[in-house]
Amino acid sequence: MSMNNQGRPTHISGGIQNSDSAVPQTVTGNRGLQIEEPLIFEQDSAGRCGVDLPEVPAVDSRLGAVKPRGRIGLPGLAEPQVVRHYTRLSQKNYAIDSGLYPLGSCTMKHNPRLNEKMARLPGFADVHPLQPESTVQGALELMAELGRWLATLTGMAAVTLAPAAGAHGEMCGIMAIRSAHDAKGDHSGNGGGRTKILVPESAHGTNPATAAACGYAVEAIPATEDGRVDLEALKAKLGPDVAGLMLTNPNTCGLFERDIITIAEAVHAAGAYFYCDGANFNAIVGRVRPADLGIDVMHINLHKTFSTPHGGGGPGSGPVVFAESLAPYVPVPYVVQDKGGAFRLVEQAGDGPAFGRMKAFHGQMGMFVRALAYMMSHGADGLRQVANDAVLNANYLLARLQDVMTPSFDGPCMHECLFDDRFLKGTGVTTLDIAKALIDEGFHPMTMYFPLVVHGALLIEPTETESKASLDQFVTALRALAERAKSGDVAYFQGAPRLTPRRRLDETAAARKPVLRWTPAVEPEKVAAE
Amino acid sequence: MRYLPLTEADRRSMLEAIGVPSVDELFRDVPEAARLSGPIEGLSNHMGELEVDRALSAMAGKNLPAGSVPSFLGAGAYRHHIPATVDHLVQRGEFLTAYTPYQPEVSQGTLQVLFEFQTQVSLLTGMDVANASMYDGATACAEAVMMANRVTRRKKAVLSGGLHPHYRDTTTTDARFIGFETVVMPPAPTGGEDLLAAVDGDTSCVVVQNPDVFGHVRDYTELGKACQAKGALLIVVVTEAVSLGLLTPPGEMGADIVAAEGQSLGNALNFGGPYVGLFAVKEKLVRQMPGRLCGQTVDADGRRGFVLTLSTREQHIRREKATSNICTNSGLCALAFSIHLSLLGEEGFTRLAEINHAKAVQLADKLAAVTGVEIVNGSFFNEFTVKLPKPAAEVVEALAQRGILGGVPASRLFGGGLDDLLIVAATETNTESDMDAFATALAEVL
Repeated sequence: MSMNNQGRPTHISGGIQNSDSAVPQTVTGNRGLQIEEPLIFEQDSAGRCGVDLPEVPAVDSRLGAVKPRGRIGLPGLAEPQVVRHYTRLSQKNYAIDSGLYPLGSCTMKHNPRLNEKMARLPGFADVHPLQPESTVQGALELMAELGRWLATLTGMAAVTLAPAAGAHGEMCGIMAIRSAHDAKGDHSGNGGGRTKILVPESAHGTNPATAAACGYAVEAIPATEDGRVDLEALKAKLGPDVAGLMLTNPNTCGLFERDIITIAEAVHAAGAYFYCDGANFNAIVGRVRPADLGIDVMHINLHKTFSTPHGGGGPGSGPVVFAESLAPYVPVPYVVQDKGGAFRLVEQAGDGPAFGRMKAFHGQMGMFVRALAYMMSHGADGLRQVANDAVLNANYLLARLQDVMTPSFDGPCMHECLFDDRFLKGTGVTTLDIAKALIDEGFHPMTMYFPLVVHGALLIEPTETESKASLDQFVTALRALAERAKSGDVAYFQGAPRLTPRRRLDETAAARKPVLRWTPAVEPEKVAAE
Repeated sequence: MRYLPLTEADRRSMLEAIGVPSVDELFRDVPEAARLSGPIEGLSNHMGELEVDRALSAMAGKNLPAGSVPSFLGAGAYRHHIPATVDHLVQRGEFLTAYTPYQPEVSQGTLQVLFEFQTQVSLLTGMDVANASMYDGATACAEAVMMANRVTRRKKAVLSGGLHPHYRDTTTTDARFIGFETVVMPPAPTGGEDLLAAVDGDTSCVVVQNPDVFGHVRDYTELGKACQAKGALLIVVVTEAVSLGLLTPPGEMGADIVAAEGQSLGNALNFGGPYVGLFAVKEKLVRQMPGRLCGQTVDADGRRGFVLTLSTREQHIRREKATSNICTNSGLCALAFSIHLSLLGEEGFTRLAEINHAKAVQLADKLAAVTGVEIVNGSFFNEFTVKLPKPAAEVVEALAQRGILGGVPASRLFGGGLDDLLIVAATETNTESDMDAFATALAEVL
């Protein structure tokens, strides 16, 4: 046991344990470029400020009767300290710019910097959402053009750009389905005649959560042994109480639903609508139009298919495309073009079947610019190649790993390949252990334990922007780890990761006694008062 | 195509390793009838960087950037000066191109930022805890109401007429589909409203905004107490986060939930998005919160570290029983918010708020001197409403022709009605000569 060598304030008592990483201890706790960074609140010095602000003009206050607030408790730092704080924090992150990020179903592909440059043009970044329409014709044109690309790529009749994320798009699609049933007098949700939404058990958790949030009961559809929706089970559940089906295609097992046209026909025959979760659209963009499969409504995650950066968890953007069947139910706001060529925003729902607003203003404009820049850079020909390369890369990984790991289903896969933990059986090593050992090899792990339909899932999505060389490196590392696991070196895996800013973190303790914010050890005012 | 690293030789050797003759073979599960044989028609083919830059710059050039002219638009989106440092740091690839921090050992940067962000939001709002951000203020407001419904097991929300109409509409859209009732008070641009009269035993919450959409600054302390007595929660909405530098924080007024828009710190106008929703609650409500939470813990060596926590509330575990269907946050926008606030610090943030208020007072005095213009507000922070002798939409259009973005007509937000009201904001970005130009132009067009 060594002495506490963190050299930084912390609320966690107790000394640091000697890790088994064989890295020598340092006086500061820093390890070369891996620097221990205190919280910004622990760097406070009263009176310091990182911006130069002018004097406050002398006026009579018009704040009314409210009492002005007291001290807030924000720390004071100068600009160089702030720059260093966030730079050091950034260095503790893995990112797509750092290396392969094969998170299945999350789609982490290259984020071109041209897109960032375009989104920062003052004509896009510095326009107010409520400026007169005459002063934002270019912004409205961009929205119309993005909508045209999305509608053309999907073969759909209408589009809304409003939803702020994929899950928000799901909500929009299910609201459209409910509106359509209601308009036909076939009341839906919350006690109406059509009370159910069918969701395959392999679906993203957002699907059942969305259906439930919109007032539906959720009924799960089992998967077949080949990883697809059980068509017979689906048909058995379809009836006059079903409002719709939510299906992901390609699905979360990385497979194309071969029976999709039959599924669509069965859903429609039952008077229900077919929602497609478009999270995996990047596998088929430019090669298949979802409208041709019989889909009524689908959301598209711009960050997944069209490369807008996800910034550590967001923002997202989840435009929704609608077939003719649901086109009248597109929510406001949307852009229309007058005969004279001028663009106009429809901001009020009016008396038609279109339903109301889902967020403030007009959608994630900054994401629209990035997505359109990516689409234009690739073009119709390049987007087809995007799907080809995404699928080729995933199948290459499947082929190179299938003898040491256990593929869950027969190929071909689409843009991601799924393994389960049968290859680890009897080794004492888990899916989680493999993931943590991969981190020490310099890779972000794949998606673990999802989809739930296989045990100990490892879902790998390389995307089209990985080179063969980086895939080969990944294969070499993963093969070596698989063989090491089989050789019985359990301790190695359970001790991983060893080379990261933090080793395995105690998530149970975090949830049991949540500490969700910093609080000063002693309130300065109280000290002064005593 | 510069984003695609595979060469033709790579593709051939990979197909060989897979054991298929062509990539088309890998799409064999797609029904024949739905397979496209070539690129989709109606879309252009790939373009080089220069061509894309040219095409998009031409579109951007058709817009009038707010910063290029005297601009006084607010109503939920505010133009503030963003220090150069903010955007520079946000663009570091390790922040920009990271995903949700599912692997905490290699995501401590994002996680510590979120922990600091949660602390900052708690401090600004005067609440116990905050989450790691929401899509925007309007969706945060709707989620706050849904949360109040869960907590109180009541299903009626009372919405103030001073609530931003987009927030109101977002909430009523959800109400219609999710199945709860809303009582929407009529807009009261000049006076108060009797919210308590609408509260009964079925009311889950009362939603108010401060400053309200017309700019009035209000004290909700008494309302908070009255709500508590009736078993309803008080939800306070804030659309201008800078006001929290000067006004009594919602937590001190007795708010149970605060739903706010954080765009004003670190985030550009972006024509309406992406923005950053702030969401803060009293401690006892933590487990009913929507969205993501970051928590402090220790690693295997006993060192402080951070993880996403309380995920048993969330959709990826609870599926149809989750507190909401949200599975993302506004991470990068929250980072920008956090950096800007760190640069400002206690002194800077307070002073920024004071400057904003003083600028608005100066503007109000200048506009009040224009014949026919009447200031509606008795109190305001950096935004207020003026009554005009002509429809405000016409006035705004005429001002735009003169190169001035002169505020938001109330009719734009309320969809008709209140035609003579114009909502005007001033921030630290407005100079005295901007204000003079506005007052002069306004006198000309009236």
